[in-house]
Amino acid sequence: MNPFLPTTLILSLALIYSAGVLRQILWKKRIWNLWRLASFWFGTALIIFAVTPLHQNDHHTFYHHMQQHLLIGMVAPTFLVMAAPISLLLRNLPRRGAKACVQFLHSRIIRLWCHPITALVLNFGGMLVLYLTPLYRSSLHQPWSHHFIHLHFLLAGYLFAWSMAGPDPAPSRPGFRDRLSILLLAMAIHGISSKLMYIHLFPYATPHSQADIQAAAQLMYYGGDLAELLIAILLFAAWRKHIGQRAEASSYPASLAPGDP
Amino acid sequence: MEKFPLVNCPTGPGILFGIGCMAAVDEIIFHQLLGWHHFYDLATPTFGLLSDGLLHAVELLALIAGFFIFLEQRRRGAADIIAIWAGFFMGAGGFQLFDGTINHKILKLHQIRYGVNNILPYDFAWNVAAILLLIIGVIFFARYRLMHPK
Repeated sequence: MNPFLPTTLILSLALIYSAGVLRQILWKKRIWNLWRLASFWFGTALIIFAVTPLHQNDHHTFYHHMQQHLLIGMVAPTFLVMAAPISLLLRNLPRRGAKACVQFLHSRIIRLWCHPITALVLNFGGMLVLYLTPLYRSSLHQPWSHHFIHLHFLLAGYLFAWSMAGPDPAPSRPGFRDRLSILLLAMAIHGISSKLMYIHLFPYATPHSQADIQAAAQLMYYGGDLAELLIAILLFAAWRKHIGQRAEASSYPASLAPGDP
Repeated sequence: MEKFPLVNCPTGPGILFGIGCMAAVDEIIFHQLLGWHHFYDLATPTFGLLSDGLLHAVELLALIAGFFIFLEQRRRGAADIIAIWAGFFMGAGGFQLFDGTINHKILKLHQIRYGVNNILPYDFAWNVAAILLLIIGVIFFARYRLMHPK
């Protein structure tokens, strides 16, 4: 796979993000958490690392494909979400543009789209289609479908992380317990499908050896755990922050409590 | 965001840590280092595969949940180290007992060790260790109750 196109795309996104941060800090004299900038660049670096072939000989293994899949579809998007790109965009837009953008985010179609269940279906449904149909096999020969598959998993992974947690506002995040259950479900599906892959040697009819597919399935099992732990930490950190803010608000003296008559 | 039920339970984070740590010990020592267990033993029924996947997810989330509930209790000045140890040993022992009886024997997810003639001593040692951990947990809990009578 030629890494030129995806590298150019993600690098330009990172440069636009950095320009937005510089504009906030230098022109508008507003604060922007620089860890977010670092997080965006780290996610970008992971994607570039994933699409750049390091060793010519393991280039065609299924194990290599799984490494790419985990980095592009699960780990990198979580770091991009932690960088709060939507908040940065809203701050940099003129008032009318920001208002239109918020309205767009709250439109019915986007609310449906940004639900964690939708993201889950896109992620695992995409995986089912990829591994149980000849699509994966054809992607070995057609660079365009290869790029398209990675793009799909990057977007679906971003959608899932964004709908679950992170600093950006999200239009239809369910309550904490619902999100925790959805995360639990996602982790279980991931573990079960990697074991099924190990047993039944999905994807079928590919040039990959049994040992290669089984190594990839184990990588998916343990690597998927790490990526989902990251989302779990974000989710619980948000919960703790929320509880802390509420505790602070309720510890005001009665006369100062907000909304008290 | 709703309240999380275990925040008001002094043994809560300990129980979650105990479950998560025992699952990690199982994964790291018996699967990876000793190689006694296998990733998949080609004999697990489908239902066992599903329940194993769900259980694995619960174990991982238990570690994170335990950690954050502990932080929250500490902020409120409600964290009690004896209660947490009580929960830890009860969670670890309870999980080990569950693993040794339900997972190994009833669901037949996997056995403790493959290629041995007699599995009974392994099962016996496993479950006795689990009961010992549970007893340690109960002793800690009794100490906690003595110090904080209701």
